[in-house]
Parts: sequence; structure tokens; C-alpha cells
Amino acid sequence: MEALGRACLVLALLVALYGVGASIHGARTRRREWVTSGRRAVYGVFALSAIAFGILEYAFLSSNFSFTVVATHSSTTTPWYYQAAAAWSSQEGSLLLWILLLSMWSSLVLFLTRRRMRDVTPYATATLLVFAGFFAALLIFSASPFTVTANPVVEGSGLQPLLRNPGMLAHPVFLYSGYTLFTIPFAFAVGALVVRRVDAEWIAATRRFSLAAWLFLGIGILLGSRWSYAELGWGGYWAWDPVENASLLPWLTGTAFLHSVMIQERRGMLKVWNAALILGTGILAILGTFLVRSGILDSIHAFGASTLGIPFVIFISVLILGSAYLVVSRQDALRAEHRLDSLLSREAVFLFNNLVLVALTFVILFLTFFPLIAEALTGTKRAIGPPVFDKFAVPLTLVLVLLSGIGPVIAWRKANAENVRRNFRVPIAAGIVALAVLAPFTFEKPLALGMFAAGAFVFGTIGQEFWRGVRARRAMASESVPVALVSLVGRNRRRYGGYTIHAGMAFLFIGVAASSAFQDATDERLSPGQSARISGYDVTYERPTGELLVRNGRLERLEFGAVLDVAKDGERVGRLTPNRGYYPTNTPNAPIRAAFEGEATSEVALDAGLRKDFWTAVSPDLSALEEEIRNRDAVLVAAAQKAGANLDPVRFAQLRRIYFEQILERYTDNPPPATFRLIVSPMVTWIWLGAILTFLGGLIALWPAARGDRAVSRASAGYASRVARELGRA
Amino acid sequence: MDPSRKRKTRLVVALAAAVLLAAALVYTSFNTSSEAVDPGRLMASAVVGQSYELTGKVADGSVARDGSTMEFRVKAREGDASVPVRYTGAVPDPFREGREVIITVRKEGPIFVGEKDSLVTKCPSKYEAASETPS
Repeated sequence: MEALGRACLVLALLVALYGVGASIHGARTRRREWVTSGRRAVYGVFALSAIAFGILEYAFLSSNFSFTVVATHSSTTTPWYYQAAAAWSSQEGSLLLWILLLSMWSSLVLFLTRRRMRDVTPYATATLLVFAGFFAALLIFSASPFTVTANPVVEGSGLQPLLRNPGMLAHPVFLYSGYTLFTIPFAFAVGALVVRRVDAEWIAATRRFSLAAWLFLGIGILLGSRWSYAELGWGGYWAWDPVENASLLPWLTGTAFLHSVMIQERRGMLKVWNAALILGTGILAILGTFLVRSGILDSIHAFGASTLGIPFVIFISVLILGSAYLVVSRQDALRAEHRLDSLLSREAVFLFNNLVLVALTFVILFLTFFPLIAEALTGTKRAIGPPVFDKFAVPLTLVLVLLSGIGPVIAWRKANAENVRRNFRVPIAAGIVALAVLAPFTFEKPLALGMFAAGAFVFGTIGQEFWRGVRARRAMASESVPVALVSLVGRNRRRYGGYTIHAGMAFLFIGVAASSAFQDATDERLSPGQSARISGYDVTYERPTGELLVRNGRLERLEFGAVLDVAKDGERVGRLTPNRGYYPTNTPNAPIRAAFEGEATSEVALDAGLRKDFWTAVSPDLSALEEEIRNRDAVLVAAAQKAGANLDPVRFAQLRRIYFEQILERYTDNPPPATFRLIVSPMVTWIWLGAILTFLGGLIALWPAARGDRAVSRASAGYASRVARELGRA
Repeated sequence: MDPSRKRKTRLVVALAAAVLLAAALVYTSFNTSSEAVDPGRLMASAVVGQSYELTGKVADGSVARDGSTMEFRVKAREGDASVPVRYTGAVPDPFREGREVIITVRKEGPIFVGEKDSLVTKCPSKYEAASETPS
């Protein structure tokens, strides 16, 4: 099995190398059979990596511990769905997932464009295959998932408990889909630059892929923050950690790209900018993949020193130099066809939005790498905390939210006073009303207040656009409001999808502003019967809980928890039951203690609502059980030593289980004080709802148009780009 | 104003804004960052009242809890130097002896006091093998 897997990877590398050669040769000699062969090489790489990935998944699902990665990342007590996900929790498996997704998306785009842009696609194919070849080479030479051992262990280590969360099943898949999808517009941009065909057709051909990349990366980021909020036991959803930032950077430049390409498509402007943006986004996606694995920056994610650093640095350097060369050498072809007519126009607002997004990208990039920059400049490593990030990111985001309300309704080319009056009267009024109503309660947090007003303004413009569209349709077709709404959105998916995204982002940032500015948090040490007060609520530690969880007849976890009563003005409003899980491990000299010294995870108790989240986590103080644990361990170790080779593992496990039960009982009968983290955060739910709305909007914009519309739009896009090209030459 | 002059003005304004942002960024980051040190450096040169970002491993057998206050020693990744740290508040899930931590500390007498909510424990990596076997 492992030999087949390894053979697939070696073949994938060879096929990728062949495909690079075939595509470039075909493009240069204009021999279509070579180009076709190059494209088929991509399909081949996809098939080979799918087989390799299938073999790895099979090894995980069948708990084949002769595979080193399976033994170190899975176990028989790991539920099957986490076993499947454990495949990409390893360095090797995640790289394999990368190449699988890359080749899958590459195959899809090349299949869809097989009859279009015959000059550009061969170079795009070659670029995509270079990426595939790089990752195949890493998998063969540096991080092979198919390393096997002759003496497999009986039981594996299991999936890291912190990763046992539904969000973690999907988070890497979405993130990598986003990263790999961004390589597609990257590759087409390279192709377009190489052949100097820089009209909007490469953009139109890969538009859906750029949007899908943005959408998937966004979902991946959101799943990560949701996981952090619900699983990590600190109650936050964003910490400006280098690894979080690494995924945010290409998303920001991708957002800028999605906006600025509209200007190129419509007005033939910003060609250099768009090319540079997408090349930068592709490079940032690779940088993101690299940062997660390098350990060069101190991060909450300790990804250890890996051997992948040097190949990645070389690859990224080549990408940067190559991209810079392409843009600079093609400058003459990239000249804009029009100039900016007025600062009061949609082009100008989009451009401004782009500048702010790029500024935000630079700020985050600089601050993320600041420890290394400082060390290079001053000789001492310096560290930066989240407040510095906030200081720059918050105002810039505020501007972005405002622009997201202005952009959709301001006129192209030049807005006149009538346009401004007609489109902005209602939204500005909405913003001012929000400001006036909320100011008395929130004046001490001006930035949050600003965000609320900006959000109201965005709801105003977007709501007005929907309202006008529906009214127009009703006037034309006398449809009912819901029917008019559905047909309006269905006929202008890109436009109304975009509007929905803007409304979703406004929701999201209102949630971020409220929950970060008005959060109340406290750490309290309570004995049963004692209460703590937070945000006007009385939280009483009613009683401790203790439970032993068994899976497949084996101990999976011990849970020490608490029942908390939440009351307001003497009236009970809720009950929360946080707990902390401890995972027993096979450690011969401390069969009991090892459970408490190994991994532990918080099961957060969360009472979420539209107005506020009540978030609690418990850290039980187990020091009172010290003696109990020591005595039980002594008995078990003595019994094991006495029995020697005749030890009956079943009886031993039974005895250990009884001891664990006794310890739990002891804890619940004589509960020591426990430490609780209590957080009341307003409007966190708005973040998740906003995210859902955003991604709904993304799906609307992505959804293919009806067949008739599609033919028309393709014909008109083709015509438009041809005209633009001719004009460009003129 | 003729169009080319207008463009030039816009470019100057945009560049000025970029330079201003960059200057503010550099100034703020150098001013508000704290020196990242290992226990050896901290022991040798810590100044009372100044804050440092300490990186190292939680020394084995050093964690002592008293209520919600905890004392432990942070040991250098390499070498034997270690410093005592006092921290009050809830600790992150992955915190335990032998784990790498990052914490902002201030020297107070013989001990280093951790800033509230500044304790970051590195997740045992997704990409690192665990050393124990669950039953």
C-alpha cells in the first residue's frame, strides 16, 4: 500500500514536470496537441494525488499503525470522523491535501477553459503544474506520508484533543481550498502577462474561481475563530496570532482584487494594479501555507522546527522575483485605457477601498513580521501585542465599512449632485439616527459608536437598493414582494450577491465592535454555594459534576465540571454546565496521574443570544486529589510489577477505571474551590450571523446564471474584451 | 486645474498618506513593543518596572497553585537558566509543565509578575507527534 502511495507521488512529480515542458513547448510552437497533453498532465496529477490521498485515508480509517503518521495522529478510540480528519492534522497529510485540492481546482478550471484563451492557458497550465510539482517534491523528499515502520504500535496516540471539534474537521479543507483556488487567477495572470494579452478576459475566465477562493478562505478563517471561541477556553475569537494573520493577508488582497477587477472589466483601467494584486495574493497564499509550518515566528501554534523552511523560502523568492519581472517587463501592455474622471465616482471609491485594503495588508504584514524586523535592525527580538494591531486595523476597517456602503450606489465615471442626493439621503439619515440614539450609551467608546453608525449607513444603502429593485419589478411585472425579490436577485446575481455580502460584513463588524468594546470578563475562584457578579448577573456555583466517558469499551475522557446558576435581580435566568476533559494515556509508571498531566480540554458552556453571549469555562483545582492519585498509582504500578508478563490487561484496565470513578466521586463529594472564567460579550452572535449572510451572498454571486443569460453574458464579455483590446491597441 | 496636474496632486497626496501611515506604524511598533527575552537574559539584565516578553518552557515540577494565583518557573529552551513567575487568572487549556509559553512580565522584587491575560501557551502542534498513547 505505502509503496503504491509513494509511487503515485513520484509519478505525480514526473507528470507535473512533463506537463510544464509540454505546455510551454506547445505554446511556443503553437502545436495544440502538446498543449492538450500538458492539460491532461494536470488531470493526471489530480488522479495520482487522489489515489495517494485515498490510500492515506484508508490507512487512517483502518487504524493501520504501521504508517507512522497514523500511529502519531490517530487511535482506535478516536471516532471515525475524527480519524478521517486526522489525516490532514499531520504535516505530511496536510501537504497531500494541498496538492489534491490544487490539482482538483486546476483540472476544473482547465477543463472549463479548454476552448478559450488558447494563448494564455498553456502558460497558466505550466504555472499550476509548477505549484503541483513543488508540493509533490516536498511530499517525496521532505515530508512523506507513506513512511512505515516494521514494528507498529498496538495503539496510536490519537488526535490531539483540542482538535476534536467539528469546526476543525472542515477548517483546513476550506482554508486550503481558498489558498489553492487563489493560485488559479495567479496562474492565469502569469499566462496573460507572458503573452501580453492583458485585457479582461483572463479575469472573466477565472472570476468565479477568485470569488470561490475568497469565499472558501473566508469560511476557513471564520471556522478557525469559532473554534478558538468555543474550544480554547480563553473566550476570544481573534488574537492577531501570526498564523491567523497569515490566512487573513491573502483574503484582504483577494477582497481588493475582486473589487478592482470590476474597474478593469468595465473601464480598462488598473491593469498593473490588478496583475500585481493577484500575483501578490497568490504569493501570500503560499506564504500562509509556509508560516504555519515554519516556526519562524512565535505563535500560539507551535509548529515546531520543520525541514520545509528552506525549500519554501526559495520557492517564495522565485515567485516574488518572477512576478515582479513579469509586471515590470509588461508595463507597456498594461497601460490604462481610461483615466479617472472624478474623485466622486465608483471607480474612485473602489480605488480608495483598494488602497485601504492594501494598507491594512501592509500593516498586518509588518506587525506580524515585526519581531524579525526588529531583530534584524536592532539586534534584539521585540514582541508586539494585539493592542497595536487594533490601533491600526480598527480605524482602517471603519473606513472600509463606510466605503462598502458608498461603493454600490455611487455612479460610475462621475457622480452629480442629484445622484448623491438621491442615493445617500436615506442612508446618511440612518447613520445619523443610529449615532444619536446610541451615543448616550456608547460615547466612551467612540470607535465602536462609529462602527455602529457606519453599519446603519450600510444597511441604509443596501436596504434602499433592494427596496428600489423590488419596487421596479413589481411595477413592471406586478409580482408579490417575495417573488419580486427572488427574481430580482436571480437576474442580477453578481450585483445582489455583492450587496448581501456588504450587509453581512456590516453585521459582522458591528458584532466585532460591540463584543470587543463592551465585553465584561472576570476570573473567579468559587466554592459550591458561592456567587460572583458580572454585568448585573449573579452566577452561583451550585455543585460540581464528574463523569467518565467510554467509547468502544475503552476510556475516552474524564470530565470535571460544574453546574452554574445564573440569576438577574434575584430571578433565575439560566443554568450553565462547563466542564474540563482529561484524557487517560498508557503511561506505565503513572497510569492515573498521566491523565491529569496530559492534554486537557475545556468544554465551554455558552448561552448565546442576539443581544449577548454568556460564556463560561471552568478550571477545577485537582490539587486536593493529589494524595488519592498518588495512592492509586502506587497500587496499580505495584500490581503491574508483581504480575510482570502475566498482567491481564483487561483486569488492569477495569481496576484503573474503578479508580478513576472513585477519584471523580471523591471530587464531587468533597468539592474543592474551582476557578471560573466568566465572560459577558454583547452581540457575538452577530459575527456568526454576519458571516453566514456574507457567505450566502458569496454563493448567490457564484451561482451560475441561467443558460440563456450565460450565453448572452459570455458573448457580451467576449465582445467587450475584444473591443477593449482593439481600443488598447489603437 | 489641468488633468495632469490634478493627477500629480492626487499622487502626492496618496504618497504622503502612505508615508505618514508607515511612519506612524514604525514609531508605534518600536515604542509599544516589549523586548523578547529568554530567562537567561531576563535574569541578567531585567530592570524593575519595565515589561518584557518572556519565552521559554515551564520547568518540570515548578508549578504551584494558590487559589487563582499560580507560581512557576520558566526555563530557557537551551541551558539551565530559569526565572520565577507569578500569574493570576485563568490559564489557557494547553498550559502545563514542559510546555512552551510566552508571557509578558514585569520585575517586582525577586519575582516576575505576569500581566493579566498575557499568558500564551503554545498548542502542542498539529504537526508534532504526541509522545504518549491513550488507552
